[in-house]
Amino acid sequence: MSNTLGTDTAAGRRPQGAPRAGDADTATSPAPPRAAAHRRGRTRTRLEIAALSAPAIITFLAFVIFPVALAAYYGFYQWKGYGDPTDWVGLNNYRLILTDPAFHDVLWHNGLILVLSLLIQGPLAIALALLLNQRIRGRSTIRVLIFVPYIVSEVIVGTGWSLMLQSNGAVNDLLHRIGLGSLEADWIADPDLAIWTLMAIITWKYIGFAVILMLAGLQSIPDEIFEAAQIDGASYWQIQRRITLPLLGPTIRIWAFLSIIGSLQLFDLVYIIWGQYVSGTAGTSTMAIHMLAQGRNAGNYGYGSAVAVVMFLISLVVALLYQRFVLRRDLRGAVTEGTV
Amino acid sequence: MSATTATSRMSSTTRPKPPAGRRGKRDRPQKWGSPVTYFVALLFVGVCVAPVLFIVLGGFRTNAQITTEPAALPSPWVVGNYLDVLKSTMFWGQFANSLVVAIASTVGIVVLGLMVSFVIARYDFKLKGAMYSLFAAGLMFPMVVAITPLYLVIKDLGLVDNLLGVIIPQIAFGLPVTVIILVPFLRAIPNEIEEAAAIDGTSRLGFFFRMVVPLSLPGVVTVGILGFVGSWNNYILPLYILNSQANHTLPLGVQVFSSQYSTDTAKVLAFTSLAMLPALIFFSVFEKRIVGGLTGAVKG
Repeated sequence: MSNTLGTDTAAGRRPQGAPRAGDADTATSPAPPRAAAHRRGRTRTRLEIAALSAPAIITFLAFVIFPVALAAYYGFYQWKGYGDPTDWVGLNNYRLILTDPAFHDVLWHNGLILVLSLLIQGPLAIALALLLNQRIRGRSTIRVLIFVPYIVSEVIVGTGWSLMLQSNGAVNDLLHRIGLGSLEADWIADPDLAIWTLMAIITWKYIGFAVILMLAGLQSIPDEIFEAAQIDGASYWQIQRRITLPLLGPTIRIWAFLSIIGSLQLFDLVYIIWGQYVSGTAGTSTMAIHMLAQGRNAGNYGYGSAVAVVMFLISLVVALLYQRFVLRRDLRGAVTEGTV
Repeated sequence: MSATTATSRMSSTTRPKPPAGRRGKRDRPQKWGSPVTYFVALLFVGVCVAPVLFIVLGGFRTNAQITTEPAALPSPWVVGNYLDVLKSTMFWGQFANSLVVAIASTVGIVVLGLMVSFVIARYDFKLKGAMYSLFAAGLMFPMVVAITPLYLVIKDLGLVDNLLGVIIPQIAFGLPVTVIILVPFLRAIPNEIEEAAAIDGTSRLGFFFRMVVPLSLPGVVTVGILGFVGSWNNYILPLYILNSQANHTLPLGVQVFSSQYSTDTAKVLAFTSLAMLPALIFFSVFEKRIVGGLTGAVKG
């Protein structure tokens, strides 16, 4: 965020280049000098707008919006993935999805991952961030190290974890060595365990990100508030509960939003560790995996596209509701905070 | 969409404090904390790093060692696995592919993103708000949702099994975050500078290249890093687009290698270690900016 941007290489330039409070407001007012704009002439300005924005907009429309719209279109057909779709089935794919027990399973998995992610990572990340926010030595080294799992790609951590979690792998060997041999298990294949294994890996992979985010949130709280509370005789826990948590609210809510969207769209880790076929029997399949299995592998692209649309709609509805009911408070705060 | 516009608005209000002061205050020489704190912190770091260490150390062992004692340290240490991978043309070919894809995607994201962000931030026209919302909405579209039709679009363009077929969509999908991050930066450039430039006879485009690009450098670096890391780690797009092994990028290579050599675990671990090394080096060099960029991206 801005503090990092500012203190690094371009520090000298920051005063002009950095975003400031109230920027959002300037957006609505006509920004550049009017007199100059007139002189330059409208045609010229329009040309500039077109020339500068066309490449990005065309690329974006062609490779993001168009494919998504196409998915929605294919969702109405019983389509095998080649040629033009001809068999219009209307909402039939969607009816199938709603009654498909396999889809209910993947939806349940996504929901479970979503709730567990919030419940496990949230409190853990806040606790760890509070701990690391104390004045301890080597904090910046710690910050780097806890971020390593996040930066290593899903494929690599997935490959590594699946090797470690095999029934004759390192995790079981380690348990055996430290005298917990009774806990050895078939972490990946056991359907009762697999989802918890997945949760453990997800937590490991993304907790660093959550902690870093919370730390950034904590650092943006002015020290004076804590000092004032201390002078007033508040205890450590009182300060955390009454001051830190509420002020960390916006960060927590944004993190939760990202976590929710990420949970709904989980793909890579499951695909790498469980593959496209066993994830169903192991009980770790997600909507994205189901979409791929039905579309690409079973050749049922119309149905797969409809699954993609359902996934998108669920994300969209969740995002809108979240914005309406959870982030609204932050928006209102933003308007008043802007004057501080 | 609007949720993301919401976050970006919020951020511009949470950013204002002078960074140097804040940072300086927290990082000044500090007294040692309590042992419990260190213990928990070390435990946490250990849990985060151990699996990665397992992968790296595993490459230094033999398959026999891995089979008999999967959790032990290498004894003796063998470097043969690493040397084999480093000698293979496949690894270097995939490394080169990843590099080409990542650099081209990053350049595309930065150049196109900067241009369109400049228009959104500094020009006044009717469709400005719609344009911003369009890109902000893009944050809601994960690649997974669009992957099948995207594959068809790429196929129609004849770019299947071509690195361009990965690069162009990556640029497209990288634009939303870029626009969200860069617009506030460009908006913050004072109008006076632009007026002065206009009086001196500089055109708006001249102003763009001479003033805007240098002034928005911190934001540009941030989006560049995000684009690079995202591209380097991307899996699903290469999975769909790149068929032949000669065109694979490293994440795809790791997966193919690990299924081909599933019995040669030590070699798989060596290959995997070497594949993650570039990302780790890149990360440690740019750590501050990556962490900053991510929190910045999240907050706006």
